[in-house]
Amino acid sequence: MSQEIKEREPMFSPKNMRLITNPFNKENPITVQVLGICSALAVTVKFEPAFMMALSVIAVAAIGNTIISVLRNTIPSRIRIIVQLVVVALLVILVDQILKAFSYDVSKQLSVFVGLIITNCILMGRYEAFAMQNKPWPSFLDGLGNGFGYGLILLLVAAFREIFSPSGSLTLPFFGTVKIVPQAFFDMGYVGNGMAILPPMALISVAIIIWIQRSRNEDLQEN
Amino acid sequence: MELFNLFIESIFIENMVFMYFIGMCSYLAVSKTVKTSIGLGIAVVFVQIITVPVNFLVNKYFLVAGALSWLGPEYADVDLGFLSFIMFIAIIASMVQLVEMAVEKFSPALYNSLGIFLPLIAVNCAILGGSLFMQEREYETLAEASVYGLGSGFGWMVAIVIVAAIREKITYSNVPKPLKGLGITFIITGLIGIAFMSFMGIKL
Repeated sequence: MSQEIKEREPMFSPKNMRLITNPFNKENPITVQVLGICSALAVTVKFEPAFMMALSVIAVAAIGNTIISVLRNTIPSRIRIIVQLVVVALLVILVDQILKAFSYDVSKQLSVFVGLIITNCILMGRYEAFAMQNKPWPSFLDGLGNGFGYGLILLLVAAFREIFSPSGSLTLPFFGTVKIVPQAFFDMGYVGNGMAILPPMALISVAIIIWIQRSRNEDLQEN
Repeated sequence: MELFNLFIESIFIENMVFMYFIGMCSYLAVSKTVKTSIGLGIAVVFVQIITVPVNFLVNKYFLVAGALSWLGPEYADVDLGFLSFIMFIAIIASMVQLVEMAVEKFSPALYNSLGIFLPLIAVNCAILGGSLFMQEREYETLAEASVYGLGSGFGWMVAIVIVAAIREKITYSNVPKPLKGLGITFIITGLIGIAFMSFMGIKL
């Protein structure tokens, strides 16, 4: 124990804020760290389930990161993976039950993917890489930031796919369906892209996002 | 015939990677060479054949509503369904550990080739995904569940081997710089996915 009194770091110091803002761009969990792709692609057919999924992951990442970080000195390193799995599984069961209780339709659409949050690599990755070494407050922010970074990509892909799909509208949570492509276009013979609602389009739209991001930021390019 | 149909269906039509994007993380990380991807593929098939039937039995005799009625009539309306996530992941983790120990004991040669992949698999979503789909689709018999486990594992292996072979070749082509590596792999997977959609509707 060192005797010197460390000056308390302010809660929203620039260093802590960076934990939230970095995952939006140069440390994005999906496009840069390549974590948590499975669920990101599968739930993006429509905007609303994607939004719910993003909320669930943000909640599990932030709360789980805090719990792991509080426990970090008491977890024996040999069984840490099991402890992390138990924490995630508990939180995911809670999220699943809440979804079933309050928005049953969305929970049906998400089907197995709520359960798959357990093996979502973002969570285990962040617990292992960040929460095991850091104090609860930064860990909470880190979980929040990574959840937001994940959610951002999810919402972008979902919006892209739903706007270009044959319906040409966007189902916003709490607002209902909003028509994006005006009816006049359809009258003139515009046809939505049926491909957009099929699975391969999710991969291609993530690839486009990666392309745009990496051509703007050359540090991220692989050689 | 029914079972064979299910087997073909779970490999080609409901392919884990191309239709549901399950197990993408290890799919992207390990598909750089064909050799390692075959190793991981075999390990996934192996673990899938074991965990899906075991989870099927656990689900049928412990977890679904009314499953505990074999204990006595007073347990008939117990529903432990909410425990399924934690049960499945615990079973998968322990099964992987057991399989690893058994393989190490009885077949050191196989252990040397699969060894590093087995621990990775406990957190591979393909395995948990297989069990969750098994639960959601309510397969009736143990045979159906086992065949589904085998088929979905095999489908995952087919996917990773195909993409690894393409990635080995694509290192020689001139891909736009920002797309190199991750981006082009996504696009390749999307294109193979489109190709796999032509299997849709096949019934034997």
